Amino acid sequence: MNVTTNTRAQRMTFWEKLYLPEIAKGLALTFKTMFKPKLTRQYPEERWEPLGSYRGRPVLVLEEDGERCVACGLCSRVCPALAIEVQAGETEREKERYPVKFEINMLRCIYCGLCEEVCPEEAIVMSKDYDIVFHSQEEAIFGKDKLLVPIARLQERLEFLRQYK
Amino acid sequence: MSSLVLTLIKGAIALNVALVVAAALVYLERRISAWIQYRIGPNRVGPFGLLQPLADVLKLYTKEDIVPYNASKPFHRIAPIISIAVALSVLCVIAPASYLLLDDGTKLFIAVAPNVNVGLLFYLALSSIGVYGIVLAGWSSNNKYSLLGGLRSSAQMISYELAMGLAAVAAVMVSGSLDMNQIIASQSGGRWNIWFQPLGFLIFLVASFAETNRAPFDLPEAEPELVGGYHTEYSGMKFGLFYLAEYANMFTASAVMTTLYLGGYDMPFLPTLLGLQEGTLPRVLFELAVFVGKVSVLLFLFIWVRWTLPRFRYDQLMNLGWRVLLPLGLANIVITGAIVFFVR
Repeated sequence: MNVTTNTRAQRMTFWEKLYLPEIAKGLALTFKTMFKPKLTRQYPEERWEPLGSYRGRPVLVLEEDGERCVACGLCSRVCPALAIEVQAGETEREKERYPVKFEINMLRCIYCGLCEEVCPEEAIVMSKDYDIVFHSQEEAIFGKDKLLVPIARLQERLEFLRQYK
Repeated sequence: MSSLVLTLIKGAIALNVALVVAAALVYLERRISAWIQYRIGPNRVGPFGLLQPLADVLKLYTKEDIVPYNASKPFHRIAPIISIAVALSVLCVIAPASYLLLDDGTKLFIAVAPNVNVGLLFYLALSSIGVYGIVLAGWSSNNKYSLLGGLRSSAQMISYELAMGLAAVAAVMVSGSLDMNQIIASQSGGRWNIWFQPLGFLIFLVASFAETNRAPFDLPEAEPELVGGYHTEYSGMKFGLFYLAEYANMFTASAVMTTLYLGGYDMPFLPTLLGLQEGTLPRVLFELAVFVGKVSVLLFLFIWVRWTLPRFRYDQLMNLGWRVLLPLGLANIVITGAIVFFVR
C-alpha cells in the first residue's frame, strides 16, 4: 500500500492547526480586497475599443469613388463556412468589374479572416464591430448596404494588415 | 387592546421585518461577494441596485413550478414550508428592545413573546426542527444528489446541535436564566457574556454557521459534488422559500448570538449620557438601533466568512464537530461551572 507520510497536514505548525489565526488572515485579506478598485467594465456605457489586430465583423472598403471590390469571388471561394455570396457586374469605371450583389450570412461567418487574407484588392477587411445583433435569419444576411464602410473608419486595420500580413 | 391582538400585530411586524431583512441580505450577499472578488455586483435595478431582490422574487414567482415525476408530492410541497416556518417562528422569542412604559403604567414589551421562561430552549428546539425541511426535501425529490444533501445536513445539524447546546449551557450558567429578556438584563452595563465566555461564543458561532448551512459548512448544498443538494429538484417560489429560509436563519442565528453573548440591546454608559429614560420611546428606538447594529455586524461576518473560506470536507466537518467542538464545549461547561460555583 502506498502510504504517504509528511503530508501538508502533518507539516502544519501548531498555530496553523488551530485554524483560527489562519482564518483571521484570510478574513483580513478579503476585507482589504473589498476596498480595492474594481475590474468590472460597465458594458453598454463603457465600451471596449479593440486594437487594429481585432477580427470583428467583415466589411467592404468604400473609397471616395465607390467600392474597392472587383467581385473576383476569391473570398466566396475561400470562405470555410460558405457565408459569402458574390455576383459580378460590369461598370464604366477603370476597374470594369463591381459586385452587383455581395452578401455575408452573419449566422455562418466564423470570423476566421480568410476572406480578408485572400483578397487581392484589400477590399474586404475585418472591422472592430463585435456587437452584432439580429432578430431573424433573414436579418442576419448582410447586404452591401450594411457591408460598405468608408475607408476612413478602417485605417487602423489597413495599417495593421500592411505591417503584418 | 387584548393581548392576543397585540401579539398578532407584533408577530406580523416581526414577520415582515424578517422578510425584508432576508431580501436585504440577498442584496448584501451579492454586493459583498462582488467586492471581495474585485467586481461591482448588482447595480442596475433601482438606485445602487437596491431593488434587485424585488426583481429576483418577481422572477421566482413567474417561474414554472416543476415537481419531478416520481417525487413524493405532499412531502415535496411541505418541505420548503417547514423550512421557512421554522426559520420565521424562532423570531418570536427574540427581544430587540426592552419595553415601552404605557400611560396606564403597564409595560409593553417589544418582543413578540416576551419573558418566555424557556426562550433559549425554544430556539434550540425549533432550529433543530429545521432539519426536517431539508431532509424531507432531499428524500421526497427522488434524486440521489438531493438525498445525499439531505442526509449530510441531518448528520451535520445533529453533530453541531450538541456543541451549540453545550456552549449555550455555559452562557446560561453565567446569566442564570433561559429567558431571553432575563439573559439580556443580566448582561446590562457592558457585562456581556462574550467577555466571560469567549470560548463559548466561538463554539456557538461555529455551530451557528453549521446550523444555518452557511459556508464553510454548506455541505448539504455543495455545488461541485451534489449539483444543488437538497434543493436540486425545486424551482420557482418553492426554491425561493428555501433561499429565504437560509437568510432568515442567518438573521435569527445572529439575533440569538447577540442576545446570548453580545448583551442584546445593551450599550453601556451611552443611554444615561444621552439622558434616555427606561421605558420611553427614544430609549426603545435607541435600543433597537443598538440591537440592529450588533446583528448587522454578525450578519456581515456570516457573508464575509462565506466568501473567504473554502468548504470543509465531510470527514473534516465531522472531526471538527465531534472531536474538537464537543470536548471544548464540555470543558467550557466544567470550567464555567466551577468558577460560578466558587466565585458566587
